Amino acid sequence: MRVDEIMIDVENLSKKFGDVTAVDEVTFHVNEGEVFGFLGPNGAGKTTTVRMLSCLISKTSGDARIAGYDINNTDDSLKIRKLIGLVPDNVGLYEELSAYKNLDFYGKLYECNKIQREENIEHFLRMLGLWEKRDVAAGAFSKGMKQKIAIARALIHEPEILFLDEPTVNLDPESSKMVRDFIMELKKEKKTIFLNTHNLDEAQKICDKIGILNTKLMATGTPEELEGSVWGNKTVIQLEKVNDMILDELNKLSLKKIIYDNNKLTIDVVNPKKENPIIVAAIVRAGGQVQYVTELSPTLEDAYLKFVR
Amino acid sequence: MKLWKSWVIASKDFSVFRKKKSVIYSVILIPLLMSIFLPFIIGSAGMKGSGVTIAEFASLLNSFSFFFVILAASLTTVIASYSLIGEKIEKSIEPLLATPTTDKEILLGKSFAAFLPPILSIYIGLGIFMVLIDKMTYNTLGYFYYPNWNIAIIIVLVAPLASILSVELGVILSSRVNDVRAAQQLGQLIIIPFFGIYILGEIGYISLGINSMLVISAIMLVVDIFLFYISTITFRREEILTKWK
Repeated sequence: MRVDEIMIDVENLSKKFGDVTAVDEVTFHVNEGEVFGFLGPNGAGKTTTVRMLSCLISKTSGDARIAGYDINNTDDSLKIRKLIGLVPDNVGLYEELSAYKNLDFYGKLYECNKIQREENIEHFLRMLGLWEKRDVAAGAFSKGMKQKIAIARALIHEPEILFLDEPTVNLDPESSKMVRDFIMELKKEKKTIFLNTHNLDEAQKICDKIGILNTKLMATGTPEELEGSVWGNKTVIQLEKVNDMILDELNKLSLKKIIYDNNKLTIDVVNPKKENPIIVAAIVRAGGQVQYVTELSPTLEDAYLKFVR
Repeated sequence: MKLWKSWVIASKDFSVFRKKKSVIYSVILIPLLMSIFLPFIIGSAGMKGSGVTIAEFASLLNSFSFFFVILAASLTTVIASYSLIGEKIEKSIEPLLATPTTDKEILLGKSFAAFLPPILSIYIGLGIFMVLIDKMTYNTLGYFYYPNWNIAIIIVLVAPLASILSVELGVILSSRVNDVRAAQQLGQLIIIPFFGIYILGEIGYISLGINSMLVISAIMLVVDIFLFYISTITFRREEILTKWK
């Protein structure tokens, strides 16, 4: 498969349940090997989108292709389900069965042969540190361990695309980190990953590209692009005292916007590396005494709140 | 349709059932107890020489063998509830539906899982019942009452059709109920018509002979086909994920 091939291609995809629109004309694409994060509040349509893309529920309108296969074509839907791995928001393991038997059952349904099943089960359980506990009933595992087994279950057939629906929700910080580290390992293996989350920190750490969904797709881009879309960079300069001479000197630089409050200047800049030294030099020229200079950057949270509110 | 996938699903369910003692006790013990208890009653009646005619005796045996049809319907409900509602409760239905398996393959797998253990148990129970009855009644009747056409129809037609009826009812109930016990209690309503037939047989209103068994089988076949249609409509991915309670 060609690098940068579009693995998930979504065009004006919508889903209605009766009169309620769950997903409204969403358009985006995810390239091979990319980690795409879907951010949005509860009820934004994240799970519905994953279910449509996994061919679990039908679309109302629009188009979507997974590795070139049409989600609305009955013959293609079985091929899509073979190509993808899904970790739903509930782990849904068979609690009475051992970790090994859980994975073996799914390996069979994904049509893996015996050797492939045995190798992959051992590979993933060792990778997750659960090989020694392979015969323990899944019900005896902690939430974090269960979540890891659920991810291994979705990977048992070596899918090209992995859908993760809020994989760290309800997990304690340590378990969340375990799961996140595992996703990072998969990222290194160049798996295409579609991650539903409302954990902004997680999205920022893991995702190459992010979509902010609130029934409609409000924005897409890299985390940096989304952060930059809120406002440009700001430089904050704390002076011993701000006076008119300093302000006059700064006004000569044709800066976009200067706010000062309590001897602190907040200046909008386009290129901080180039403009900051010029600004500081102008202040010093006007007799100002600089106490510190710092950069104020918008966060993903600022971007998220801007688009979701 | 890949039948082996249905068998994989059924085999997984068998492994789950093996861990549930209540299921094992219901499926194995009840037919076993019935297969011993009913011949004991018949044997006692025969041995006491209570003035029962051979025709009345045969009618009593036919009625008692119909008990196993009631059991087939009842026990299948127990298993079907665990098989389908268990998946709902443990939230394991979504990952199962996400596999490259068709709705029909899953439904068939679940049906195998709910149908086979009770029907096998019923067959074993009926085997013991027939052997004990023959042993206890040979001196009274002068011949081996079993096997006969009546029990053959029960084994081949009536009991399996009653069991299939329960499976299909279980699928339909699973879409509306979220609790295994509630499903089992509602599912047990299925035994009412069978119990009605048994009572009508006991009071002599109908005979539970070969002709009646064939008529009952034909009616059940029609009902099974109708419920199969309803259950396939109910058991669709989108319905399960968005409309099942």
